[in-house]
Amino acid sequence: MTTIEDLQRGTDSAVAVAAPNGAGSATTVPARVFTPRKKKKPWKSWLLFLLFAGPNVALLIVFTYKPLLQSLYYSTLQWNLGSASAIPVGLGNYVTWFNDPGTVRVVTVTLIFTVATVGGGMVIGLLFAVLLNRKLHGRGAARTIVVAPYVLSGVAVGLLWLFVFDPNFGITAALLDAIGVASPPWYNDPHWALVMVIIVYLWKNVGYVALIYLAALQSVPRDLLEAASLDGASPVRAFRNIVLPLLGPTTFFLSITTLLSSLQSFDIIQAMTKGGPLEGTTTMMYQIYQEGFQAGRAGYSSAVATILFAVLLVVTLIQMKYVEKRVHY
Amino acid sequence: MATQTATTSRRRKPLQLGGYLGLVLAIAIMILPLAWMFLAGFKERDEIYTVPIQWLPEAYDLSNYAAALAAVPFGNFFLNSTITTVIGAGLKMLLGLTTAYAVVFLEFPFKKFVFGLVIFALLVPQQIVMIPNFTLVASLGWINTYQGIIVPGLASAFGTFLFRQHFLTLPISILEAAALDGASHWTRLWRFIVPISAPTIAAVALISIVSEWNEYLWPLLVVDRSDMMTLPVGLTLLQNNDGVTNWGVLMAGTVLVTVPVLIAFFALQKRIIAGLTAGGVTG
Repeated sequence: MTTIEDLQRGTDSAVAVAAPNGAGSATTVPARVFTPRKKKKPWKSWLLFLLFAGPNVALLIVFTYKPLLQSLYYSTLQWNLGSASAIPVGLGNYVTWFNDPGTVRVVTVTLIFTVATVGGGMVIGLLFAVLLNRKLHGRGAARTIVVAPYVLSGVAVGLLWLFVFDPNFGITAALLDAIGVASPPWYNDPHWALVMVIIVYLWKNVGYVALIYLAALQSVPRDLLEAASLDGASPVRAFRNIVLPLLGPTTFFLSITTLLSSLQSFDIIQAMTKGGPLEGTTTMMYQIYQEGFQAGRAGYSSAVATILFAVLLVVTLIQMKYVEKRVHY
Repeated sequence: MATQTATTSRRRKPLQLGGYLGLVLAIAIMILPLAWMFLAGFKERDEIYTVPIQWLPEAYDLSNYAAALAAVPFGNFFLNSTITTVIGAGLKMLLGLTTAYAVVFLEFPFKKFVFGLVIFALLVPQQIVMIPNFTLVASLGWINTYQGIIVPGLASAFGTFLFRQHFLTLPISILEAAALDGASHWTRLWRFIVPISAPTIAAVALISIVSEWNEYLWPLLVVDRSDMMTLPVGLTLLQNNDGVTNWGVLMAGTVLVTVPVLIAFFALQKRIIAGLTAGGVTG
């Protein structure tokens, strides 16, 4: 689990990894660079570096970093997508967003969706992982099956679940009918529709969380658990006091990656509800799409995008700061 | 957890039973919706719109599939998805490998900054930059083209990161031998590093292929002609054509989109799972 650590440390671990191999004279130079006569003409290495890394970096600048700044600029315009003219409005779009009565709903929907998919995903994923980590026949096949939905198209998954949730002719209706409960109006009620897309999102993605937790569980030293058991600790206690703390770095990694993908989720919502009914499944990310490409309000959409990106950045930084203190690697 | 090794067989029995129940439940939840989709693809209208629900179709005929293929150009979708996936994932791998090589093995004054630039891009969601990118692609006349679908998402951030992690673990002796041989960096990458990194490359490649294949939002924005659509975008054309969803046909279409991926997944599951895990557990 050095993933995020390295993310912060940059290339320090290059030295850490290479040092035990005795990378020779490389005391002042980064350990893995071993072109013997490089000091004579460093420009040659620089040129090669540019040839090797340049295209990728150029693409990132053109299609990620430049548009990031452009988006910031667009957010200060009253501008319709495709229109040649734009009116500078300063922070007008932001003011409009914060004062819009619909904003409370969009933020609430985003929060519920994010917390339910990230939190729910981690809890269910961990449960699955614990289950799959036990010595049961068929657990290998079960692991494969649990992960399978993760590789499927979100659109296809959304559509097939739409039929599962059909209030008259779907599986959920039949199962609920069997226990004498009428199917909730999944399609027509904004709250039930939100529950529906959350369930589908969890179904598709929980296998990934389970897989990562499973890999982490399998690296928990067995003698630790045996020692705990000999000391008379119950399996539950051993899990809480030994295993869970050891899963800290994994939980941290998952909290960041699943948060990022949850906030970006679009396919399932587009296939199932298109943000409706009554905008009950319109998350901020969906609002960005809708305002920009359905309503054509590109400036306003960019303002929402900027707000969301700022939130994302702050949350990620807090996660990293907080975890740096709490998790021991 | 602890039951694996540390409990007595007396306590193990009921726990095992609970474990199997849980396993069966988990598998059922995962398989039931997929089975429902498969079966619906064969059902006639009156078998779908019936209460109580009818699980199995009376006959396994392919009329829904024929209807789906007749309603939308699935052949084109398939071709477009294949082209954009192969080229997109292929170039992405190339960019990831060369960038990781540069970051690990070459010297450059702003190396850390460059690597940081690549990694920070992981935090920028596609949706944040889609309006400027759409404007750019439109101004280049790339709407409804393969380059319009492929190029904006081509840069490799995650792949670069994973390859870098892997390169740092390579035995330095092999590379020193290559350097003494006088091999150029290009040769070193392809003759020495790529062959011994094959498992990692395969894992990352499979993950790239899966995500390119399933990519939806961007192709949805830059393609509006049905003959240029990819599978996920084209599939939605079967939805609600006349206000009422024809589930049989829609599910047949959904099967056509999901089955190639499912087959590939089950055939290559070890590598794909290794690829998925590589991101999470690298040390």
